[in-house]
Amino acid sequence: MNGGAAKIWALHLGVLAALLAAQLVLPAYHAGNLARIMVLAVYAMGFNIAFGYTGLLSLGHALFFGAGLYGMGMPVALAGWGAGAGLVAGIAAGGGLALAVGLLALRRAGVSFMIVTLMFAQAGYLTILYYTPYTRGEEGIVIDRAARVLMGLDLSQDATRYCAALALFAAALLVNLALVRSPFGRVMVAMRENEERSRMLGYDPFRVKLAALVLSGLYAGASGAAYGLLFGYVGAGFASIQYSILPLLYVLLGGAGTVLGPFLGAALMFYLIDLSSGVTTAHLLVVGAALLVLVLFAPKGILGTLRDRGLKWLP
Amino acid sequence: MAALTLLEARSLTRHFGGLRAVDGVDFDLAQGEIHALIGPNGAGKTTLVGLLCGRVPVQSGSIRLAGRDITRLPAHARVRAGIAYTFQITAIYPRLTVLDNIALAVQSRGAKNLAAESLAALDRVGLAGRAAMLAGDLSYGHQRLLELGMGLALRPRLLILDEPTQGLANAEIEAFKALVRGAVPDMTVLLIEHNMDVVMDLADRITVLNFGRVLATGTPGEIRANAAVQAAYLGG
Repeated sequence: MNGGAAKIWALHLGVLAALLAAQLVLPAYHAGNLARIMVLAVYAMGFNIAFGYTGLLSLGHALFFGAGLYGMGMPVALAGWGAGAGLVAGIAAGGGLALAVGLLALRRAGVSFMIVTLMFAQAGYLTILYYTPYTRGEEGIVIDRAARVLMGLDLSQDATRYCAALALFAAALLVNLALVRSPFGRVMVAMRENEERSRMLGYDPFRVKLAALVLSGLYAGASGAAYGLLFGYVGAGFASIQYSILPLLYVLLGGAGTVLGPFLGAALMFYLIDLSSGVTTAHLLVVGAALLVLVLFAPKGILGTLRDRGLKWLP
Repeated sequence: MAALTLLEARSLTRHFGGLRAVDGVDFDLAQGEIHALIGPNGAGKTTLVGLLCGRVPVQSGSIRLAGRDITRLPAHARVRAGIAYTFQITAIYPRLTVLDNIALAVQSRGAKNLAAESLAALDRVGLAGRAAMLAGDLSYGHQRLLELGMGLALRPRLLILDEPTQGLANAEIEAFKALVRGAVPDMTVLLIEHNMDVVMDLADRITVLNFGRVLATGTPGEIRANAAVQAAYLGG
């Protein structure tokens, strides 16, 4: 068992070390992409806590991601808050909305949870458009360079931005790892595997799922707030249905219920879109084809398949 | 000295439409006994047990566990209060390891040393050597043992076993009987069972249900001699 723990830490710390070294090696364009991927991977990790581990398929996570963006962006742009306070507000907005949605949507299981979360996310998106005088709607809010300074670090600088993205990603990854290896992580998986059995072991399904959804919302909020701060833009598009589907694709591609799967999926999908859109305008067709191949040949995603094929210790 | 009463159910009722699955049942369990619940198919055994463990909501009547009214307590809270239920159809987590399965039961009661107590709980049902296997890869008999082990690992005051020996070979039934005997008197065991040899061998007292009502309660000897029971089983 200790051998397994050593392998797990070596793998995850190794990935973080490789990402730290990557910025020294990679050309600026790819380093910029990687910073974006790491922030999006935090969002996908949050999605994975709900979907991959607890079995909650939400189609409305863009609500929590958007809450992070606007929860940070509006106080910073309209009320002149600092970046640190904005970040905290964004995280709190993501977690708070997840709590509110969970209290209502988790009363129902299965398909209705999907539909209710989808509806809430659409309502959130339309609310942003409705209050265009404050949110600037489709056009979005540009966060001033001057406001993007956190603890004396200018987040609009490429190297600083990369390090900030990596710091957030590392914290999210390690918390995720600790969570899924904790007793509560085991209960989340138990809920996914057999809810009735878990109830008869003394676990309240509603509370376990609500806790997982709030954690998931906190991750999405943190990712959204960081995205706005690092890349200087907050727009309604981030709260649209597309951003509810993206983390699902990342997680399915990388491997649902694996700690590194969301990052791997986000990176592959990002570059798949990036490369194919350089070749053809029909880049979504390429994405669709890739997903078909995935569903047919590796329905558990890349890391899920590797875990089945011998890497049993993969968390 | 009279045995202490662990569980008291009064006038328990559950109708499904026109069907009176459980119809005004009074039911007592003494602390530390093995109590068997028998009756023809459709007599209401599983519904009665469902009412006791909270899987089926009570329509009327009351249930007290060690003096505390638990009638309205949800199922998961009743588990915490000390009622464990093992499923009629094996309900383990097949895609998790045997150790994870048992650990879920052990951590539910707030164990201090999770790893050691989980292994001890597996050892009790003779599965410690299979801790790292996926539970779904266990043989059927071992899966039933794991299910029983999870129930025991909760250290409940009342352990409810719903047809635990169904599908087991004779040697496995002997091992199972030894485990149940070992569980009392710390725990009280309520057993739904069709295998009359097991019932007569294990039970201190037997309650016979028929058409949602209690037909008779007594020792195995009394039940065997009861004319009404014979009529219900043999058709009279």
